[in-house]
Amino acid sequence: MMATAPLAALGRATLAFLASIGRVALFALDALSHVVRPPFYGREFAIALLNIGWLSLPVVGLTALFTGGALALQIYAGGARFNAEAVVPQIVAIGMVRELGPVLVGLMIAARVTSSIAAEIATMKVTEQIDALVTLSTHPMKYLTAPRVLAAVLVVPALVGVGDVIGIFGGYIVATGSLGFNPAAYLKNTANFLEALDIVSSLAKGAVFGFIAALMGCYFGMTSGRGAQGVGRATKGSVEAAAVLILAANFLLTGIFFSI
Amino acid sequence: MIDLRDVHKSFGTNAVLRGVDLSIRKGSSMVIIGGSGTGKSVALKCILGLIQHDSGAIIVDGSEVGSGDRDAFLARFGMLFQGAALFDSLPVWQNVAFRLLRGRLKRPRAEAREIAVEKLRRVGLKPDVADRFPAELSGGMQKRVGLARAIAADPEIIFFDEPTTGLDPIMAGVINDLIREIVTEMGATAMTITHDMSSVRAIADEVAMLHDGVIKWTGPVTQMDTSDDPHLDQFIHGRADGPIEAVR
Repeated sequence: MMATAPLAALGRATLAFLASIGRVALFALDALSHVVRPPFYGREFAIALLNIGWLSLPVVGLTALFTGGALALQIYAGGARFNAEAVVPQIVAIGMVRELGPVLVGLMIAARVTSSIAAEIATMKVTEQIDALVTLSTHPMKYLTAPRVLAAVLVVPALVGVGDVIGIFGGYIVATGSLGFNPAAYLKNTANFLEALDIVSSLAKGAVFGFIAALMGCYFGMTSGRGAQGVGRATKGSVEAAAVLILAANFLLTGIFFSI
Repeated sequence: MIDLRDVHKSFGTNAVLRGVDLSIRKGSSMVIIGGSGTGKSVALKCILGLIQHDSGAIIVDGSEVGSGDRDAFLARFGMLFQGAALFDSLPVWQNVAFRLLRGRLKRPRAEAREIAVEKLRRVGLKPDVADRFPAELSGGMQKRVGLARAIAADPEIIFFDEPTTGLDPIMAGVINDLIREIVTEMGATAMTITHDMSSVRAIADEVAMLHDGVIKWTGPVTQMDTSDDPHLDQFIHGRADGPIEAVR
């Protein structure tokens, strides 16, 4: 009996993990079905666009700017080991657009937006506001989840695009300001090196990461436990799940786009 | 109008409702009393379909709960929640007019606001409260706003979940009187759950005592004090000794 206990615990943990994947998958399907079925709540969608998109711009911009600058310094220093300092514009561009732009924006959205959605909806749940919505003939999935998920899917790619541009600009400032690169040549090299697939993959990743971030916030909020502890757990769980899923999805999408 | 027949509900191994039978007549005010954790809120949420009962039947006007158009079913109800459950992100008037701003009862925005202000006035709040946010209001004012929201669409059935919990005795009396007046003037069927005996005497036409997952006693409020049911007697007199264990 004692010898099989660790095995039983592992089995229970595996089953619980698989069950949670199933619950999230069903929740995602339910959320998507409400996105395409009326009624639509335009005001809630507009507020979600503002919160997820516009109000995330400062943190996204600053993150991309510093990352682009640091990337230029790293590539210059690393490239100097084999006389390849000149590739800074190309590597900054490809690094920001293909990887760092979407991933960093995704993680920033997970930190800023997922946590906020989870805490807000979980608080609504523990204060019976979700029940109140139902008694007022308003479906919580339609009113709370669908607008946030749709807004995130639409606006996070735009944030990724902005992050990509600002990141490249960060690299440009460092390279032309302190590494001695010619500004015109830097911009020309960047523009010539990037391909359409790089940009498409970046924006597609943004849409997927936005979906994950909003969905996790809504899922953990809606399934929150009771009291302040329940809200805290929901918020923490939502950010952890969103960050891990974003990184896993990034790996998969990179494979799909660039293993051809 | 509302019939519960042998309704059971368990959460895991915890059997909360163990065969509840209860009838609420159209236009009457039924108050369900019972100690904390006896399943009063669960019974109420089962009627609204917020919680799915395990077995038995809940029938509203001849139709089983969950059998027809859910929106049409819910449109007949208004509910005042224990903590008011106002939406923090919306100003007071939009909370009150929530149902009138969307869905099948949607009205023009100006008309919805007018109705909201009128309902606020009915519960004793001035029009300037309409543009404030719930967090700016006291507990008593929030309860009044919750009451205004519950009656905004002139429902046929109104539920009150612990309407006086957390209020001082004077504000509790004001809320009790408001509920009684509003239910009478609207001709609505009301169901209140509470363990506040002053609410029971102010609001009830009929009383039901829920204990151990079943209705132990039900009857007119006028017969409550002369009942020989030991559970009811212990509860209404607040005695520690009796068939209801003080430590649960």
